[in-house]
Amino acid sequence: MTPDRTCVLAWLRRSAAALHEQRDYLTSLDAAIGDADHGINMDRGFTAVLDKLPTVAEADVGTILKTVGATLVSTVGGASGPLYGTAFLRAGTALAGRQELRPVDALAGFEAAYEGIVARGKAQRGEKTMLDAFGPALDALRAAIEAKQPFANALRAAADAAQAGALATTPMMATKGRASYLGQRSIGHQDPGATSLALFFQMMTDGK
Amino acid sequence: MKKLINSPESVVDDELHGLEAAHPDLVRVDFENHIVVRADAPVVGKVGVISGGGSGHEPMHGGFVGRGMLDAACPGAVFTSPVPDQMLAATRAVNGGAGVLHIVKNYTGDVLNFEMAAELAQAENIQVASVTMDDDVAVKDSLYTAGRRGVGATVLAEKIVGAAAAAGAPLERVANLCRKVNANARSMGMALTSCTVPAAGKPTFELGDDEMEIGIGIHGEPGRTRMKLAPAAQIAELLLLPILEDLPFRSGDTVLAFVNGMGGTPLIELYVMYNEVSRILKGKGVTIGRNLIGSYITSLEMAGCSVTLLKLDDELTQLWDAPVHTPALRWRA
Repeated sequence: MTPDRTCVLAWLRRSAAALHEQRDYLTSLDAAIGDADHGINMDRGFTAVLDKLPTVAEADVGTILKTVGATLVSTVGGASGPLYGTAFLRAGTALAGRQELRPVDALAGFEAAYEGIVARGKAQRGEKTMLDAFGPALDALRAAIEAKQPFANALRAAADAAQAGALATTPMMATKGRASYLGQRSIGHQDPGATSLALFFQMMTDGK
Repeated sequence: MKKLINSPESVVDDELHGLEAAHPDLVRVDFENHIVVRADAPVVGKVGVISGGGSGHEPMHGGFVGRGMLDAACPGAVFTSPVPDQMLAATRAVNGGAGVLHIVKNYTGDVLNFEMAAELAQAENIQVASVTMDDDVAVKDSLYTAGRRGVGATVLAEKIVGAAAAAGAPLERVANLCRKVNANARSMGMALTSCTVPAAGKPTFELGDDEMEIGIGIHGEPGRTRMKLAPAAQIAELLLLPILEDLPFRSGDTVLAFVNGMGGTPLIELYVMYNEVSRILKGKGVTIGRNLIGSYITSLEMAGCSVTLLKLDDELTQLWDAPVHTPALRWRA
């Protein structure tokens, strides 16, 4: 089955539920190397997203994602608000008017989201950020789609790569964001942004 | 967690209601946009000066809104940057036709949100200048960090550029003054205890009864080093020497010395620290031309202090001395 806006809406709801459930865990990761608010902020943002979803229940995928992005920019604050917000806004722009998502469309959406985070955060992989989960996930997704694997398998591969990428941030030294203030002391802690990013990919494979 | 609050969710709004109730002559709070605005804003023909950041640093920034300082402040959730909508609303509210200065503390979240807001305001043809404050010498400014944090110098900059804006200076000059304050100020802080973010409910970090953290940020971010508690004289050296070396401040300089409480430290201890600071500066041949002592940029109930030195010249001294009337800072007005 080709994913459509119903799948996208369901994914957003699962993600909101997962962020709510993982709120304290994400916050505790942030307390170790940041300012102890990541889970709280993401939960606040996606609670607002849940409130907004009924207004786009009949809309195309692009509009849904743009609405999510605008809501996150308006409610999350911190660095996560502009970064996740920009990601969803860019994906929404890339997927404007789409009712269904072929694998190549989904890939284009994720690529636009990734580039949005790179541009807004002036970041790259290896700096102990959400890109360290997103980058590997995108690589895995692209490889699986180019190899004509079933879309569900491609998402599974992306989710696994995101999870591995998030875990791989633990030995990294942060050079971007608030964790960078710690220098060497940021080593040994998993990055909260990479962890929440991996959760979004995880939620694409659950409940199917 | 023991706090004088109704609930973690309502703490920022409840505080803003209190601020407005206490100072209706100076500020009004726009609860829809979640901003604190000078009561008579916009002042036609005057550059608007706004700032913002996470809550939990009171009186910064809302307590500095009024006459001769900020025109508006955007309070975020506790320790969380406000969002672009707030900054855009504040920018509109204070735009008297001469443009608006955004004073941004250098934290990734604040910088990104203010950047988005400035883009939105410029799209509405409001002239915006942004200056990022990064005076904290505890953080190495290098390619490998997000850069120095904005701390105590922000308070001094808001006062000084607010005075310049009140005197009718154009946007470019107000922005350049803000850069000048930032370039001539250095800070460093320390903590004796942690703080508890209301929504988190438990202390952000653990510090032993006999330990202190040197180089702490204003959000409970760990600092340079953790060490055994020492006498105030030694703590003052640990804070001041990196500050003095960094600019550097030299014999013959005149400075504004700002000894700031982190929220949970009584004035008696701040004066003890001020005494040590003035002793060290005297030894270095640095004259204290002006001072500020008290809790102005705080970290909830954290105990500890920060020291900021600003190298003064006639221009900065005159603007510092100019009248100011805000909830938290008032003289000659």
